[in-house]
Amino acid sequence: MLNSVWIIVALPALSFVIILFFGKRLPKHGAEVAITAVAASFIGSCWAAVEWIDRVNASEHAAGIVGFFGKGMMPSDSANGGVEPVVNSLTWWQSGGIDFGVGTYVDGLTVMMMFVVTLISLLVHIYSTGYMHDDKRYTWYYAGLSLFTASMLTLVVASGTLQMLVGWELVGLCSFMLIGFWWEDRENSRAAIKAFLTTRTGDIGLIIGIIILFTAAGTFNIAGTNAYALQGANNHDILLIASICLLIGIMGKSGQFPLHTWLPDAMAGPTPVSALIHAATMVVAGVYLGARLYPVFYEGFSISNGGINMMALVGGITILVGASLAFVQRDIKKVLAYSTISQLGYMVMALGVGAWVAAVFHLFTHAIFKALLFLGAGSVSHGGTHHSFDMREMGGLRKKMPITFWTFIIGSLALAGIFPLAGFWSKDEILVNAGSQGFELFLIIGLVGAFLTAAYMTRCVYLTFFGEYRGKHHPHESERSITTPLIILAGLAIVGGMINATPLGIKKFTEWVEPTTNFPKVVHAEFDVPLAVISVSIALLAIGVMSYFMFRREELTKFKGLTQRNRLARSGYTLLERKYYLDYLYENVIVEGIRTPIARAMYWFNQTVIDGLVNFLGRGAVRVGRFAYENIDQRGIDRAINASANEIGAAGGVLQRVQSGSVQRYALYIFAAVGVMSVALFVLSVS
Amino acid sequence: MELNQFLILSAFIFAVGVYGVLARRNGVLVLMSIELMLNAVNINLIAFSAFNHNIRGNIFALFITAIAAAEVGVGLAIVLLIYRNLRSPDLDRVEQLKG
Repeated sequence: MLNSVWIIVALPALSFVIILFFGKRLPKHGAEVAITAVAASFIGSCWAAVEWIDRVNASEHAAGIVGFFGKGMMPSDSANGGVEPVVNSLTWWQSGGIDFGVGTYVDGLTVMMMFVVTLISLLVHIYSTGYMHDDKRYTWYYAGLSLFTASMLTLVVASGTLQMLVGWELVGLCSFMLIGFWWEDRENSRAAIKAFLTTRTGDIGLIIGIIILFTAAGTFNIAGTNAYALQGANNHDILLIASICLLIGIMGKSGQFPLHTWLPDAMAGPTPVSALIHAATMVVAGVYLGARLYPVFYEGFSISNGGINMMALVGGITILVGASLAFVQRDIKKVLAYSTISQLGYMVMALGVGAWVAAVFHLFTHAIFKALLFLGAGSVSHGGTHHSFDMREMGGLRKKMPITFWTFIIGSLALAGIFPLAGFWSKDEILVNAGSQGFELFLIIGLVGAFLTAAYMTRCVYLTFFGEYRGKHHPHESERSITTPLIILAGLAIVGGMINATPLGIKKFTEWVEPTTNFPKVVHAEFDVPLAVISVSIALLAIGVMSYFMFRREELTKFKGLTQRNRLARSGYTLLERKYYLDYLYENVIVEGIRTPIARAMYWFNQTVIDGLVNFLGRGAVRVGRFAYENIDQRGIDRAINASANEIGAAGGVLQRVQSGSVQRYALYIFAAVGVMSVALFVLSVS
Repeated sequence: MELNQFLILSAFIFAVGVYGVLARRNGVLVLMSIELMLNAVNINLIAFSAFNHNIRGNIFALFITAIAAAEVGVGLAIVLLIYRNLRSPDLDRVEQLKG
């Protein structure tokens, strides 16, 4: 199976084609094809995982490595018999003596990602049969899901950076299609375009990074690139530039500050899509890229030296920005979206502090519990509020929707990092690694993030499930196709973290997933009991404080209206409400600035700035200001601008006559140009 | 027979085609003139092919014939639409591209 993982990728792609051509005529309108294909892919992934584990175990015995748990501690080096990845590739095309290959590169990370993608995808497919049941584009929806699954798997198994880029763009396309799935609503199509363009901004960085790596290493192969990055110290500068460029790609795709603004808007898509694409799989593509080409980042950012590097810094800022913005959201999906941003920040920060295993492990657990939370939110809107996600219309749903309630609670506790749920193990691993390798600043950021996470999830759970029901409908539990995936994911969220429960001596995840060849010598920190206690108590404290705020509201009258009375609190709230003004910056300043002609922008600048200055200086300075306004602004600058505009207009008038609109006139120009060029060619070749 | 004779014929036909494209007003006639130009090129190719004892020119000519057929299909469709919208095939009246 490890040599033929392409089948796992091909099945959903095939299903996409079948649904596209025959979907509407099938008895279940294409859903059965999609579910069969992704289920087969899931079985294939499990099979591949089992074979990979066998391979790891076999090589351990062969190499005679003593001890069952010791391997993770050892410096990874091919010298002591690492487990080689299984690579299959064939030439896609050849150009200028360069082979562009496609293929599969299978190691522990690939196998883990395939497992996560197909698992979540399968559950989302099943969930959608209930959630999307009456949608008029039901068939098309399943075609989109199939295409997404195939693209994501293409990205995951890629043997070269170029193939990775292809998958990367394909998942971006699917994300665009599915965010704008209900495109009749203008808001939704705007969100889709925003997501597409924002991630595309990051993709430019990715493409440049790939080209730099190719020119430096002379190959697109992942193995070759990583080997190049590890070979010596004389290539540090080029690796630094390449990793900055790749980091920009990661920022776009994985919603890192400051390119995260598309992710909350992406919640315009159907909820299962949010769970699959914008929580569990596509948005972690950036983290996956970071993990896949880790030697490049490790050497480029000199992570082994400790201190502050760009990657960890971006991740750290993202944690705080995402978590603080999650507080002021009224839409339950937006709370989860900002939470996703913040958790992705944890992963990128973990990569930045050298905690490779912790980052990938957090990716794994986060995919499970965040998919659970999103599907739970979808269930709430499906059965509780009739397709509203506004938490002001929820409340008191815990009695009406017990399964959704309990699974959501499990997901929230896992996200908050409460022992012994999945999130605890992975978050703790990130923190302990940050703390032990000279990244104390990021340890503190991580702890603050943990506090905020627990607090906003408490708020979210309270508003949704406790108190009185504030909606106008009759809430009821969702049907079985919706609750079954919730229960499965909740089970995984409870036990999933145990796979790498280091204090209990279980390091299976490290053992199976961490590459042992072509990998930097990453240090693994030991489990730290005091730190774990601190992080859990911080989370519990946050839950306690928030619950106190929420449940005992009437006693807190002195806090009531704080935002109205206290100017500092109000401005803080406004700052959060306006999302740190980043959207404003992007849309109103940057986009408008480019869109409007520069002359008009300058005129506006003069009018507002000088006018504003006039008002600001008060009565005494009015005359001076007016003088300046009339003489300098109106007569001087304006005249210059108008004159230049007139000049351009006149020039346009001359050129306008050329654009007669007559087809034959245009044909004449073409012939004349060809004639002139051939005469020129003749003269040049004769002389 | 000399090669030159073919080339002169081809140049003449090409010139007729250019004149037709630039001067005729009727869209259908313009299309026909384009065909003339293409066939002038075909004559060139076949003449060179025959005089150089090389089959490639013939193959090219075949391709050009096929592409010309496709092109005239598209062109006729456009002329038909122009006729339907403007109630005349007169190309002078097609000037909405004006800047």
